[in-house]
Amino acid sequence: MNDMADPRDIGGPAQPLLIARDLAKHFHVRGAGKSVRVRAVDGVSFTLFKGETLGIVGESGCGKSTLARILLHLVERDAGELIFDGEPVGAPRGITVAALRRNVQMVFQDSYSSLNPRMPVRDSVAFGPFIHGRKKPDARRVARDMLVKVGLNPDLFGQRYPHELSGGQKQRVNIARALAIEPRMVILDEAVSALDKSVEAQVLNLLRALKQQFNLTYLFISHDLNTVRYISDRVLVMYLGRVVELGPSEDIFTRPLHPYMRALLGSRPSMDPAHRIEEPPITGDPPSPIDPPGGCRFHTRCPFAEAVCMERSPELGVWHERNSHVAACHMLEPGSGHSRAVQ
Amino acid sequence: MTALVEVSDLTVRFVTREATVHAVNGVSFSVRPGEVLCILGESGSGKSVTLRAMMRLLPARRARIEGAIRIDGQDVLALDKRGLRELRGGLVSMIFQEPMTALDPVYTIGAQIAETVTRHKGGGRAAARARALELLELVKIPEAARRLDNYPHELSGGLRQRAMIAMALSCGPRLLLADEPTTALDATVQIQVLVLLRRLQRELGMGTIFVTHDLGVASEIADRIAVMYAGRIVEEGPVADVLRAPMHPYTQGLLASTVHGQSRDVDIEAIAGSPPDLRRLPSGCAFAPRCAKVQSECRVAVPEPRWPSRERMARCVRVADAALVAAE
Repeated sequence: MNDMADPRDIGGPAQPLLIARDLAKHFHVRGAGKSVRVRAVDGVSFTLFKGETLGIVGESGCGKSTLARILLHLVERDAGELIFDGEPVGAPRGITVAALRRNVQMVFQDSYSSLNPRMPVRDSVAFGPFIHGRKKPDARRVARDMLVKVGLNPDLFGQRYPHELSGGQKQRVNIARALAIEPRMVILDEAVSALDKSVEAQVLNLLRALKQQFNLTYLFISHDLNTVRYISDRVLVMYLGRVVELGPSEDIFTRPLHPYMRALLGSRPSMDPAHRIEEPPITGDPPSPIDPPGGCRFHTRCPFAEAVCMERSPELGVWHERNSHVAACHMLEPGSGHSRAVQ
Repeated sequence: MTALVEVSDLTVRFVTREATVHAVNGVSFSVRPGEVLCILGESGSGKSVTLRAMMRLLPARRARIEGAIRIDGQDVLALDKRGLRELRGGLVSMIFQEPMTALDPVYTIGAQIAETVTRHKGGGRAAARARALELLELVKIPEAARRLDNYPHELSGGLRQRAMIAMALSCGPRLLLADEPTTALDATVQIQVLVLLRRLQRELGMGTIFVTHDLGVASEIADRIAVMYAGRIVEEGPVADVLRAPMHPYTQGLLASTVHGQSRDVDIEAIAGSPPDLRRLPSGCAFAPRCAKVQSECRVAVPEPRWPSRERMARCVRVADAALVAAE
């Protein structure tokens, strides 16, 4: 299937599946004064190539989930541009939001609340194909096939309700439902984070197998660095609504550029009682996105912060090609005025 | 050295009209003064229920507790209301996963700590407030004097967790019970709280029981580790030994399925299936239905603990017991 040209592919293999440019979403905080806004996503750009898995990491409040919702138009963006396979989303001559959602599906963290509790799971899976124009028996057949594909016996599990399934089984149903309308891209928003380790491994293996089989492109959002490293081709690191680093997975994990990514990696438990972490790499909590620090948003926690970091926001370096590894830090920018930068 | 905590053959069942849930099924362990025992297990393994039983926090009407729990010589299951009030927050204190629900939202941090201090140690309000300030400084809360008058919602997640630790330490407990205290925190904050807890535990010499589902967290803080599955401890031993050479197939599977630097080209070795229904436990080893090395013996009876060395225990028929081997 991989070698054959996908009939849905409009732009050709070189055309990125999704291009996001300067996406922004600010939320008003009710009852907190007129000018109080949460800058959840504040100028995020990235490119998602066909067939890859892009991991997005960051701590709570960094905007990774809001970003996912912007991509699916579950929240409307305030600014920026989205281009799906060469066609602008929601523009007069582009792709409609409905068509985008046929191509992009999402799996959420909470496997229970994302299923209709009053619907047997086979009907939940059949619902998508039915809404998108299939006849009922046809949609049911698709649902059966999909349940088999995610490793659930449709005769045993199909007629069950969500509360009769374990967390891992429910998440398999959610994956089946997402794939039932044959999307080209799946957004996995902390999709394995709530599962126990032994079950998480099963679902990760399943996701990898399905990606091959259905020629999918994944956006894998998680706070778990080890999982992101395992599953992603490239990784995007977010901090308080901005991209701080972007590059191939192995590069980012072995040679992180941004002090924040280095701190994240250094905060991982050692898994070796003989070499425990004696000193945490950074102190304090991530600041609130309501009133983010000016300049570089990481400067309040950065061990290398200097005057320039408080004044000016660093640019994410120049992005040449698919495997470029870039970071937004004044230390990497020649002549930025930071004492560690090349003059 | 005599043990600080001695739990033997603890059983907890939750009885409702529809079914009986066998949450804890014969758990025995001990903790020495100043030692950190990590109870490691997945959801439904009975790790939190064990911890709550030690504080008698389970609903008395529905939870049937059997066995024995001794803390510092006291028989916890025999204590009356008054005895329990002395035990909780005095001899033993507990910290929880979610500080926002464990702290009272309508009192300031300072007032809550001071209340605990006056309740257990007596003394005036000024002295209690001074002690509260001292405690906030102990847990490294910046600008501690100002934070005393903050309400829980005014603090960040990491600071709230520190405040809860301060409150737990306020009366110098000999035993600290920690129920996943770092699970809800961000990675960069989690390691700060772990390092803080480890330092305080050492300085104050508290015995600690730390419940977690995270192998990495256990590797950072534990002296010994007890792995629970379906309400039983299936393996126990010094943390380095268990992580380096796990003996029980469940522990082995858990280590193999934890994503940690595996090659991206190969599948992770997952444990097949899911944990058993605690309403209908299998008659033999509860892990047998998922075990790749299962033999007929496993399904007959629950394997007895075997001790390959003085420090290590595993409940698996495939593990050789040192005493049995010597006798042969």
